[in-house]
Amino acid sequence: MGEPVLSVENLRIALPEGADRPFAVDDVSFELRAGEILCIVGESGSGKSMSANAAMGLLPDLVRPVGGKILFDGSDLLRLSEAQLMDLRGRRIAMIFQEPMSALNPLLRAGEQIAEVFEAHDLLTPKERSARAMELLEEVGIPDPEKAARAYPFQLSGGQRQRVMIAMALALEPEILIADEPTTALDVTTQAQILDLIRNLQEKHSMAVMFITHDFGVVAEIADRVAVMQYGKIVETGSVDEVLDNPQHDYTRKLIAAIPTLATDRARGDVGKQPVLEVDGLCKTYVTGGSLFGRNRRVVKAVQNVSFTLAEGETLGIVGESGSGKSSVGRCLVRLLTPDAGMVRLGGHDMATLSGEALREARKSIQMIFQDPYASLNPRSRVGRIIAEGPMAHGVPKAEAYSNAERLLDLVGLDTSAIDRYPHEFSGGQRQRIGIARALALEPRVIIADEAVSALDVSIQAQVLDLLADLKEKLDLALLFITHDLRVAAQICDRIAVMKEGEVVEIGPPRQIFTNPQNVYTRSLIEAIPGRERELAAAE
Amino acid sequence: MADFWKRFSRNRGAVIGAAILLIVVIVALLAPILFPQSPWRMVQRPFLPPLTMDQYPLGTDAVGRDVLTGLAHGAQVSLLVGLISTVAALLIGIPIGALAGYFGGWLDDALMRFTEFFQTVPNFALAIVLVAIFEPSIFSIVAAIAIVSWPPVARLVRGEVLSLRSREYVEAAILAGQKNGTIIVRQVLPNTLSPIIVLASLMVATAILLESSLSFLGLGDPNLMSWGYMIGAARTVIRQAWWLSFFPGVAILLTVLALNLIGEGLNDALNPRLARKGR
Repeated sequence: MGEPVLSVENLRIALPEGADRPFAVDDVSFELRAGEILCIVGESGSGKSMSANAAMGLLPDLVRPVGGKILFDGSDLLRLSEAQLMDLRGRRIAMIFQEPMSALNPLLRAGEQIAEVFEAHDLLTPKERSARAMELLEEVGIPDPEKAARAYPFQLSGGQRQRVMIAMALALEPEILIADEPTTALDVTTQAQILDLIRNLQEKHSMAVMFITHDFGVVAEIADRVAVMQYGKIVETGSVDEVLDNPQHDYTRKLIAAIPTLATDRARGDVGKQPVLEVDGLCKTYVTGGSLFGRNRRVVKAVQNVSFTLAEGETLGIVGESGSGKSSVGRCLVRLLTPDAGMVRLGGHDMATLSGEALREARKSIQMIFQDPYASLNPRSRVGRIIAEGPMAHGVPKAEAYSNAERLLDLVGLDTSAIDRYPHEFSGGQRQRIGIARALALEPRVIIADEAVSALDVSIQAQVLDLLADLKEKLDLALLFITHDLRVAAQICDRIAVMKEGEVVEIGPPRQIFTNPQNVYTRSLIEAIPGRERELAAAE
Repeated sequence: MADFWKRFSRNRGAVIGAAILLIVVIVALLAPILFPQSPWRMVQRPFLPPLTMDQYPLGTDAVGRDVLTGLAHGAQVSLLVGLISTVAALLIGIPIGALAGYFGGWLDDALMRFTEFFQTVPNFALAIVLVAIFEPSIFSIVAAIAIVSWPPVARLVRGEVLSLRSREYVEAAILAGQKNGTIIVRQVLPNTLSPIIVLASLMVATAILLESSLSFLGLGDPNLMSWGYMIGAARTVIRQAWWLSFFPGVAILLTVLALNLIGEGLNDALNPRLARKGR
């Protein structure tokens, strides 16, 4: 490994008063060496992004560094003037962000955005700039670069947008590239491609890359060295092999243990019970933008002829990338969407055709857990009310509904005093528990979990998954688990259905799906799971 | 709540506004005690300039009535009209906006076209016509102001409800079997409260101005002294007796300014996104 190009020494960043801890980053030191990829891993709030933002001088107004140094090329980045920093940014240190849609200017064509980087540093003539932009787009592997250069960000896919971001970052051949969760918002197959691209470009330009992520799978794919952060401190650093295979610190061990493993032996024999939910030929088509004369109509076949059954006590996973129609299926089942065709048979009713009072009654036995623990609880209701509201709407007396809510809170592992508190007083994981308690309040037979753990940190995610598995056993529930994360699906599901463009392309037990996928698409999904190769190698 | 006050008081303008409004409210409440005489009674010679007699520091008007007494009693009318007509406008606007936003479809179309019907007619012209038809009285004035000022409320509530109704907690409530009415009242409306409160504070200010304008044109309640009436009565003598229109004018200016400042402060305090940015 080469010389250190960026060294952070005893960096300390203060948070404003009233935050949960005094320092966002507390006495952190690390080195970024030439030609290496350093991964900084941590859960949300660990201060991993703050360290990177400090190097770029991009800290929020009220958060300021109070100690330490960030040395780059002999000068301390924390002491540079704004003008000096501006010269460094983009030219010598570049950055790519998590959400390429909001990092790109929606009103500028991709080519112009790249050319703007040269303009900002007053380099080249306008003609050379656009020529260079084209070369860069070619280098980052965008199909049909000429067309892409003329496209606005909304006309590009998520992966292509991230490629444009990378092209912008590479424009001035920086020595350091800081990547802040660059693949988190992307689908797993796209993520694999972007990771490859970053890896290749890093080698080709011999840049140093500081890669910030929460995902150990990504770390395994890309890192040379790893630094693990917790509560603003670095708890462990080392080469990727040392940290992943032989973690020293408890927290690292806990994090690695919390990652759902792909090697699954779940093959339950008792799944052949009575089907509780039967779905037959479900279809849903969205039509948007239709004008009076029927021009510019966009027809999206979100769900096409989907059929499956869910047995009592079974967990069926529906996996797919964004836009595969997996969420639409879930919403059709509970009739938040009305399907165009097909049957949803549940407890003797066809959920797809019920309406009014009969639908209200039938929904009691099929409930949903939502993705976003922040948006799924009414911020102006107390927790007790949130849980008791459902039973009360069905005529359960208030006192009984509240005592039941207390019992449910206990069941999902929360203190019963939570009943009088508001949702904002709870963390993401706790809120998701409240959401689960609410779903259970009506004593349903089927629960649909729509990306229920996707917004949670990996250690919290493991706890919630355990809770779900546990509750399912206790209450003999059938669980329909919708997720984009194959690892999670592998851990919790008895059977997995893989969806692509509205159709179920393959359905079977996890073992079969993971070891012997029949469908080409399933195979590409499995191969794209970050960290899979390392895990397979370790298993042998 | 303590948090709310902390955020509200960070905006210094809002605190000044609240202080001014508090003084106006106190004056209005204490008017019958401080100035027990009728504001219509002649007490001195006409056109007594301010600061010439200790007893009548703001002078007298064209028929010898005390300007200060008029101001104090006028504060009552102006505030009352402002508050009641705003409440009435909210009572019309919130249900219409909530129904349109929540149910959508043809009901939304129908209600919004109805709202636009009121929006396309100039506010003030409509208010004049209404008051003229119903005979000027405090009730017809309040009703007229309410009728011309509810459309923005309906629009605002509709927009908020549209974005809230697709929230996951609303969907959860649908799945839990709650009826539409319960969902609107329990889940949706409480979360639209912040922008409504802000809008309402600004509407009180507009209503006071509207009432003043109507009174200025002689369409006020003839039995009630109001700021607008005082300015209206003084307009013919504005060159001889500047104080007759100046003091009620200042009173209107300060009250409306105070309400606007408070509205801005409420916006800062109730909008968590802004609050977070400042933290």
